[in-house]
Amino acid sequence: MMTEILEPVSRTAPSQQAVLEVKDLDVDIRTPKGTVRVVSKVGFSARSGKTLALLGESGCGKSMTAKAIAGLLDPVASVAGGSAHLESHDLFSMTAKQRRSVAGEGLGIVFQDALAALNPVYTIGTQLGEAFRIHRGASKKQAKVEAIELMRRVGIPEPETRVNSYPHQFSGGMRQRILIAMAVALSPKLLIADEPTTALDVTVQAQIMQLLRSLRTEEQMAVVLITHDLAVVAEEADDVCVMYAGNVVEQGSVETVFNRPTHPYTKGLLSSVPADAHRGSSLTSIPGSPPELNKIPTGCVYQDRCPLASAICREQRPELRPTGPAQSAACHFAEQVSALDPQSEPATGQESER
Amino acid sequence: MSSVEQIPTTKTPQPSPESTGSQKRRNDGRVSMFTMLLRDRFATVAAVFLSLVVLTAIFGPTLMGEHATAQNLMFMNKAPFDPANGWIYILGSDSLGRSVLARIVVATQTTLLVAVPAVLVALIVGSLWGVWAGYHRGRREAISMRIADIIMSFPSLLLAVVVLFVFSPSAANIVLILAITRIPIYMRTARAESAELQSRTFVDAARTFGTKPNSIIVRHVIPVVTPTLLTLATLEFCFVMLAESSLSFLGIGIQPPDVSWGLLVAQGRQYLQTAWWLSILPGLAIVLTAVAANVLAAWMRIATDPAQRWRLELDRKSTKAFEKATRQAAKMHAKKGDNS
Amino acid sequence: MSIQTQNQSVDSVLDVQNLTKTFHVASGSSGTRELKALDGINLNVKRGETLGLVGESGCGKSTLARTLMMLEQPDGGTVRFDGQDPFALRGKQLRAWRRRVQMVFQDPFASLNARMTAGQIITEPFATHKDLYPTSAARKQRLDELLELVGLRTTDAQKSPQEFSGGQRQRIGIARALALGPDLIILDEPVSALDLSVQAQVLNLLNDLQQQLGVSYIFISHDLSVVRHVTDRVAVMYLGRIIETGSTQQVFDSPLHPYTASLMSASPKLDPALRPVNRIVLQGELPSPLDPPSGCRFRTRCWKAESICSVERPESRVREPDGKIVLGMPTLGPSAEQQIAECHFPVQSAAEAGLAVSA
Repeated sequence: MMTEILEPVSRTAPSQQAVLEVKDLDVDIRTPKGTVRVVSKVGFSARSGKTLALLGESGCGKSMTAKAIAGLLDPVASVAGGSAHLESHDLFSMTAKQRRSVAGEGLGIVFQDALAALNPVYTIGTQLGEAFRIHRGASKKQAKVEAIELMRRVGIPEPETRVNSYPHQFSGGMRQRILIAMAVALSPKLLIADEPTTALDVTVQAQIMQLLRSLRTEEQMAVVLITHDLAVVAEEADDVCVMYAGNVVEQGSVETVFNRPTHPYTKGLLSSVPADAHRGSSLTSIPGSPPELNKIPTGCVYQDRCPLASAICREQRPELRPTGPAQSAACHFAEQVSALDPQSEPATGQESER
Repeated sequence: MSSVEQIPTTKTPQPSPESTGSQKRRNDGRVSMFTMLLRDRFATVAAVFLSLVVLTAIFGPTLMGEHATAQNLMFMNKAPFDPANGWIYILGSDSLGRSVLARIVVATQTTLLVAVPAVLVALIVGSLWGVWAGYHRGRREAISMRIADIIMSFPSLLLAVVVLFVFSPSAANIVLILAITRIPIYMRTARAESAELQSRTFVDAARTFGTKPNSIIVRHVIPVVTPTLLTLATLEFCFVMLAESSLSFLGIGIQPPDVSWGLLVAQGRQYLQTAWWLSILPGLAIVLTAVAANVLAAWMRIATDPAQRWRLELDRKSTKAFEKATRQAAKMHAKKGDNS
Repeated sequence: MSIQTQNQSVDSVLDVQNLTKTFHVASGSSGTRELKALDGINLNVKRGETLGLVGESGCGKSTLARTLMMLEQPDGGTVRFDGQDPFALRGKQLRAWRRRVQMVFQDPFASLNARMTAGQIITEPFATHKDLYPTSAARKQRLDELLELVGLRTTDAQKSPQEFSGGQRQRIGIARALALGPDLIILDEPVSALDLSVQAQVLNLLNDLQQQLGVSYIFISHDLSVVRHVTDRVAVMYLGRIIETGSTQQVFDSPLHPYTASLMSASPKLDPALRPVNRIVLQGELPSPLDPPSGCRFRTRCWKAESICSVERPESRVREPDGKIVLGMPTLGPSAEQQIAECHFPVQSAAEAGLAVSA
């Protein structure tokens, strides 16, 4: 097993076709204490051959958004508004049956926890072949052949013998490859990957990201990558959608957003990554923590931690508006963000209580 | 030298007034056990009933002792619920004219005096043994489990019959045999929980400060294991009470002139056609007590589990609203297609 | 005013030589096989410094942490803590020693007993070490001190872990580790389970505490950007051995060992200027520790491997201050000035590894 030294990381040729269009998505969760809106007016589009990253910390609603699009919401959660179109299909007005026919060829999903996502009592070959048996009417033998080919494609060694193995017999990295294989089996137009490499070691992560990249190019898939890791976004994604407390606070191309953030949260996040700061100096950190979703303040969701917050932020929730050629942000004071000193106290002066 | 920043801490989330109605909360925001008990109507009734039973067991014999043994040939085999006979015979009388009410009341003490110690002994011995075996694992665990298996392989009632037949059936012997045969139940549960707990990170943390195993068991394992074991004990109480009743019914339990509910049922068996109340009413006492204990055990199960207790912490209005919303959503799902 | 300036020079808090730990795992139907979790570990931590320990899952970091915390008994080698061998201690002396090394765990929720309050959790060590703070007043005072040190309020002592956020729970864990006044704290992935913004807060806290109290850290993490920021020196582990040590800057900027080079290359970087010119992507998987490769254990994934690598275990090579890489055994245990790696064909320069050359 020799090591490959790759070509420099490069981007694929541009393609403008929007495969997924999400507009004004709202998702509510029913709790015994009342209904909570966990995703609020989220909109973005994913183009074929490109990667869109949904970036945010835990509880920001990125996983809920993905589940809503995929139709995998818990019974207590429901889509309360908005639309999602996968090419021409309206995902929210489909019946379960229609959704099943879209799955596989339209939409593929890769989850974070590979061991939980695979059925422990079936062989890998059976699980991989399932897509072919259901959607293409393949026979068991044919499906097995396709499964072996799929395993080869995602880089699993000795696929002919390993096709009869069970999930627990594979390592974490291999299982993730299997999940990816299952998701891309029918060459879907859209691939949603929910934190696919968070649980993996850094060298395995590099392998998996390389695999996703090559698959994306080969199939010209649109990829929606959900993550909290800014470095991964910087390296892998073309566009980014920064989420906070269920809202999109900034979006645009990764280059413009990361080089010139126009939302205080994005700027704060970028500053808290331990970069080349000298050892011993403090990391700039965003004071406080995200609000609980059932206690989101009226006005801007970020007001309690924002150094630029003022009266208008407490009353009016800012709309997403263009703040650059390839970027938009939801902030009343977007223009002042670039001049912001990263280590500033929240303007509200009070400690950020919920 | 920079000073450490004061980071604001979370306030205990206080639910908004509209959504909670009248919440009785303590200062730290937690709801007391008593309030949680009141939320569950069935459990409240069960608790009240059991309290009555306990009070009867304590004070009954002093109040009604003579009536239980006083024979009155004027009132033989009187049917119950006939106010003409006077309140003492409200539940009828037996062939010797003794008041069934009084006998049931007096029998309460004996029944409980057998059931409660048996449960307590089994609970304490079984739990401590199981917790110790589960924490240490290895040989100690294996040997303890084999002993438990051996005891469990004998049907407890059969074992009781044999033992009581060979030795004399005194109340103490009954308590002892019932306790011993039930020890494995607690031991297995305690061992399983203890074994799982001892590998948890916070137990490792305690080991890192050099805490001795017994201290770890007392501080970390027992508090976590206790709720489950108490719930188990409440269910076991039913079993033991019924076991004692069965033994008395078979004639090797409580011996006359002592009375227990089971013995009363046994004594009334031959009169089922003519004086049904002699068996049925004490039998009812057994059933009601067993059901009450079960209901209370179910409540306790939820109240002592930090993850589940929210069900009992809400007031009725929120619970109703939530259940309604859930039903509506289920209907919508069904309409939308099917078993997506 | 930092304590560390007093005890500078060669004052090492922890010195580990040739530590081994073998587990016996059931294998197949017959008997057991040996799993060498630690195969001769050499480590050195000075007073007031932070040693980083990096490696991927299965390399033995957790076993090393547990062994140093004396939750496991080593099978061989020596451990000297301030000159004393802790494994030779018994009873009261052993318990007293435990005060000097404490641990902060990865999962902020699992490491705290959900049924206890924060105050009870933090003061739990005092129950075992009753002589430290004999009166309840003394304990209360110490508790308040600790809460303030980690940035929590005194009123937080009554709350239970569920009422805190992840970052706050980790602060409780840190307060607990500080309770006995240790000289060395082992932090096992302390910020991995935390959000980015909270991570920064906790890292700042750890830094401040080190400045204030002069405590040494062994910082275990798989997140290289965090390790780079936080540590003075770094040790890289692979399959039970430490294959490279050196100062953080040396190891990150010009790694000697091919494995270290591939780790540095593989980790994604926010700043495009820091990204490798040519990224090394290791093929294959970590070999099973039950059956490690002969000779150099990294050879199955190494692009520089040659026939000698499968035959002979590599000796240590040291990078001299003038830049030359020579064969050399560290005499008194690894020290701050030396960068050491076990490799027959160490990476000569950053450019060879395809890494970005820092300005």
